Amino acid sequence: MIVDVNVSLSRWPLRRLPCDETPRLVAKLKQHGVTQAWAGSFDGLLHRDIAGVNARLADECRRWGQGLLLPFGSINPLLPDWTEDVRRCREDLRMPGIRLHPNYHGYALTNPIFSEVLALAEKRGLIVQLVARMDDARVQHPLMRVPDVDLKPLGELLASRPKLRLVLLNGSGALRDEARKRVGALRNVWMDIATLEGVGGVAALLEDVPVEQVVFGSHGPLFSFESALLKMRESELSAQALAAILHENARRLLGT
Amino acid sequence: MTSFDGGMTRREALCRIGGSASAAAALAVGDLPAGSPAASQKTKAFIWDAHGHLGGARTPEESIARSLRYADRMGIERVVVSMGMSFVYDPTPEELRRQNDDVLRAVRFAPERVFGFVYVNPKHVAESLQEMDRCVRDGPMVGVKLWVAMHCNEPSLDPIVRRAAELKAPILQHTFLKVTGNLPGESTPADLVELARRHPDASFLCAHTGADWERGIRWIREAKNIASEISGSDPTAGMVEMAVRELGAERVIYGSDFPGRSFASQLAKVDSAELSEAARRLILGENLRRMLLPILTAKGIRA
Repeated sequence: MIVDVNVSLSRWPLRRLPCDETPRLVAKLKQHGVTQAWAGSFDGLLHRDIAGVNARLADECRRWGQGLLLPFGSINPLLPDWTEDVRRCREDLRMPGIRLHPNYHGYALTNPIFSEVLALAEKRGLIVQLVARMDDARVQHPLMRVPDVDLKPLGELLASRPKLRLVLLNGSGALRDEARKRVGALRNVWMDIATLEGVGGVAALLEDVPVEQVVFGSHGPLFSFESALLKMRESELSAQALAAILHENARRLLGT
Repeated sequence: MTSFDGGMTRREALCRIGGSASAAAALAVGDLPAGSPAASQKTKAFIWDAHGHLGGARTPEESIARSLRYADRMGIERVVVSMGMSFVYDPTPEELRRQNDDVLRAVRFAPERVFGFVYVNPKHVAESLQEMDRCVRDGPMVGVKLWVAMHCNEPSLDPIVRRAAELKAPILQHTFLKVTGNLPGESTPADLVELARRHPDASFLCAHTGADWERGIRWIREAKNIASEISGSDPTAGMVEMAVRELGAERVIYGSDFPGRSFASQLAKVDSAELSEAARRLILGENLRRMLLPILTAKGIRA
């Protein structure tokens, strides 16, 4: 049983991917034992009709997900009337959470608008997925250079919102040493393993972050799903740690 | 049979993944959920890793022992190691010697599993040639590593490449295509193509395939004595498929860039690719073995 908290539907803007059609992605996930996948949309990176993106995402999950895909709508708080998008995600589309891309949408975590998003998500009981990066900034397309999100302000922002549940996607590898420990010390932050690197990366992460706060995320289909899966084998983990990371923590986070 | 760390022999390590070329197959027999499609594609194969380093430990022996423990878990039989316990962009002759001494210690620690590649610097040609003699001609190393001291299309590389060809030693040349800007001496795949054209009798591994692999693969496509080495970039889906389509499976070689990169993330590039099992076997080990076989045979190293 695996819960993958980090997949995306639709098309990566710069390349076709082997599993960028939802039925193929779902088949791949099922073959690998995934029972639930939290899905955002690549369209959420650049499209300005975010309401349309989120409606399509929910429809795609319902139509092709075979009960496996759970939609997380994109929110761009720099768009007019963004709070209505949050309302629709929660009330109309019954989403358990939202996904944020501050670097693609053009704001830093120090921007007060980010605090407003967190406050609204906390009020509405939405999980927030904060995506630190999509790809390696060193090898991006020259016309679409998007630096990683600067995560340094995160600790202070979350410390004052203990009821908020925030999942940091593609960020555990970017945070180093003390910064990772500081974020890991916040009990309302979870980190996925998609961009972890270095031999034994998962075991190394567990030296900085409690196992209860580590979740399985593949960043598929942009990344090979097998990367996250093999990392779980590369590190020597106890059966309890495996179960916690592969599904228990995500299920607890979701409240199921 | 040699016993590796944790008391696991190589055969046991390979059996642990079901004798499969596919590392994900391991998950079907291990402690993770069954059902991987790779598990159904079992083939007899071996995995050799073309790109690794030392570091993250107090000594070369500790470093390589640690990496081999993880290699065991992933079913990797042999690894290439180059450069020493610290990264030096532009090493002096003395630093070169120290760096290569570290690798010699790693090779001596596990001679049946570790292939050493001698680190050279084309800014110090005479001393680099001496290091090649010391470590390859008269020592156990079997290849040459060039990093970022100087663009590899410079003429000063020619004597180094000629000596490598004489020794039947393949050359692992770091390449990157950074939109953020390469280091001053950091080569691109295009630089390597220039060098390879001047030396058609030498064998080259294009390390990282430029990392911006969609361009890197295209750059090296027409240079038949360059293989694409896939390490050191994110496990982006589709890389290996494109490399095989454009270069042929015989010119694509698995490497990880451990310990900085995960064996797992880099193996996943091959494991996830939609390939024939014959192609997967070539990429995971057979191509590197074929490239190294002349020098291994000359040195009497079992392979």
